[in-house]
Amino acid sequence: MTTTTTPYRSNLPGRRDSFGQLLRAEWTKFRTVRAWLIGAVAAAVLIVLFAYLGTFRHESGSCVGSSPATQTCSAAAPHVPLGPGGQAVTDTYYSVHRTLVGNGTITARVSSLGGRSQTGNGHAVSIADLVGASGRVQPWAKAGLILTAGTTPGSAYAAVMLTGAHGVRMQSDFTNDIAGPDASAATPRWLRLTRAGATVTGYESANGVRWTKIGTAHLAGLPTRVQAGPFVTSPQTAPPSGLASAGGSGAGGKATGLSAVFDQLSIGGVWPGAAWTGQDVGAGTHMPTLTSVGYHRTGGGFTVTGSGDIAPAVGLPAAFTDQPSLVGVFIGLIVLIVLGVAFITTEYRRGLIDTTLTASPRRGRVLAAKAIVVAAVAFVVGAAACAVSIPLGEHLLRSNGNYVYPVSTATQVRVVLGAGALLAFAAVLALSVGTALRRSAGAVTAVIVVIVLPYVLAFSSALPAGVSNWLMRLTPAAAFAVEQTLPQYHQVNWLYTPAQGFYPFAPALGLAVLAAYTALALAWAGHRLRTRDA
Amino acid sequence: MSHALHAEWTKLRTVAATGWVLGGVVVLTVALSVLIGLAETYSPSGSGQDITKLSLTGIYLGQVMVAILAVMSISGEYGTGMICVTLTAIPRRVGMLAAKAATVTGLVVVAAALGVLGSVLAGRMILPGHGFTPAHGYALLSLTHGLTLRAAAGSVLYLALIALLSLGVATAVRDPAVAIGIVLGVLYVFPILAALVSDPSLRRHLQQIAPMTAGLAIQDTTNLRHLTIGPWAGLGVLAAWAASALLAGGLRLRLRDA
Repeated sequence: MTTTTTPYRSNLPGRRDSFGQLLRAEWTKFRTVRAWLIGAVAAAVLIVLFAYLGTFRHESGSCVGSSPATQTCSAAAPHVPLGPGGQAVTDTYYSVHRTLVGNGTITARVSSLGGRSQTGNGHAVSIADLVGASGRVQPWAKAGLILTAGTTPGSAYAAVMLTGAHGVRMQSDFTNDIAGPDASAATPRWLRLTRAGATVTGYESANGVRWTKIGTAHLAGLPTRVQAGPFVTSPQTAPPSGLASAGGSGAGGKATGLSAVFDQLSIGGVWPGAAWTGQDVGAGTHMPTLTSVGYHRTGGGFTVTGSGDIAPAVGLPAAFTDQPSLVGVFIGLIVLIVLGVAFITTEYRRGLIDTTLTASPRRGRVLAAKAIVVAAVAFVVGAAACAVSIPLGEHLLRSNGNYVYPVSTATQVRVVLGAGALLAFAAVLALSVGTALRRSAGAVTAVIVVIVLPYVLAFSSALPAGVSNWLMRLTPAAAFAVEQTLPQYHQVNWLYTPAQGFYPFAPALGLAVLAAYTALALAWAGHRLRTRDA
Repeated sequence: MSHALHAEWTKLRTVAATGWVLGGVVVLTVALSVLIGLAETYSPSGSGQDITKLSLTGIYLGQVMVAILAVMSISGEYGTGMICVTLTAIPRRVGMLAAKAATVTGLVVVAAALGVLGSVLAGRMILPGHGFTPAHGYALLSLTHGLTLRAAAGSVLYLALIALLSLGVATAVRDPAVAIGIVLGVLYVFPILAALVSDPSLRRHLQQIAPMTAGLAIQDTTNLRHLTIGPWAGLGVLAAWAASALLAGGLRLRLRDA
């Protein structure tokens, strides 16, 4: 008797597996290991929880109000004005002005810049603090002509000025800065502002005869009646690097002042009212300023003394960025690095890699599928958690009475997506190093060391600022630049260090550095996977 | 106990990676110290530098190799199944852990001493060429100087405690990736948290209980009055972390099947 046994035939169609199936297989592997799923969720929860820790303040601040536009703070840190672009600004200067109606022009010669500085170390400054006032002019001390929509701090303006060490400049609306010719603060300079509609043009001259145009500013919504005249201001000094504490509550610099002589003043256009009015604009500001400001007539012009700055606000005392809300990202980063490594090294340890590579013999595709799965998980964890922790942290800080720098929604979205991308690249880097080394302890260590250690070194050791900045450029830690929310302004002299929330690279460039390391590691992993037996 | 010690010593000795990792402790410690020394220059305006601490910066990197060695000494056994043989031979589990701790720590102390000596020597040779001269108020680094000796010996103790901490964590969680992630997370992320939190007193407390920040206070030789935590107290904090980790590890080892 013969029995015919039919050998098993799969009734699946005989075709190559699609990449989609491979992705699904890898996602199933990730999804069904309970510890990994718990790890990914825990990472997101930790990022949010640590926003509480980062923004927790025993010391309650002195501000009231829940939005940057209405928030006011008491004497220690009064109302911070917002500029036309919505950013926090410093708008404190002494001006002698008159009303200009419609188009017109104003010309003056500025000379004899003389600096003075506070000798005490507090914020409250009186004349008594000025004993031994030195003659040093701050590099960004400004004396020139200003045309402004009003003397309310934060008003739209355009100005031409002679600075302490940066030559002649034309600045407008706090963030725009056009360099004019390099001029010494010691020699007199002629300056001119001309208004035509919403356009203000700045000119300068070394002799009052031959004029050169510096640039133009377009001030949207400039009213017909504007205030124009000479102004003088001088910013606080940058804090010494050792004293500045991290976390945004920067120790302030010292108040300084500047005196300048304006003469050969001439005006053209309609200037109703004959009297020039001296005004200490934005007095009682958040920034340390000298109180001994004012003006007096000298010959055909004025001697004006001012203190403060007309610039974006940087380094406000007891003011915060989103950095404290983002401390949890470091915890999430470590969890996802461990997950990324374990996603491949576990296969080697359990022998599952043999099944994986039998089912999909093209090894590069396996690595690509794993990278996509782990990157997607990390991105979702990072972006979702930061989307919660940033508003939460801001709310906690504000409701405790602390000042938080206003940041546009677009910037916050960029930080949220950037944090997701940072975690995604780091997880793929971990996966790649794990694939290449096959040893989980070594791989986890290597990835944490290259991403986190440079940041720790840049912070906590006595490294010189230059070395810290190079560490934050050349190592994968450059990607932490995605957390920066306030731009770095060259026209404000401040300590721009990672500890203060400023990174040497722009967010996209910093992320690109990490992406480049990840790409290299992925290529290395692909090579090792193909050329070595599993 | 001596059998257990001998067995642990044989296991560590005969794994090729042990030599590499211990070499890594020495090389990485000295290498980072040398790089930092080369990057630093004296500036008259800057506040006084602690050149002893500066020349021992390599510990930041050397400690990761110590952590790897300690984690692999136990996690490796779980990975390969060796742990079953070990516990059959030495059924007293805590005794086995103690023997492992003694062996690993002994090896780490030797490697750490070499790394620290190399770093101090490098600082002694490099820093005077970068302006840190007696004329500028910086004496030549020397182990005969009490504070420098304390910093150097303390750094060796620090690495020994890192080994114990890592061993304890790895015994408790078993998986090497998770263990090393926890150890490095605790060491590196704590100082970052401390630097970024907004509350000043919370920041101070975090710096006092962070194992790395507190433990490395032993390296301070200047400005001693303004430390957030005293040198020996700081090392004590790290010792407390290591003891808790070992306790957790020991308990898990006793109460759970291998």
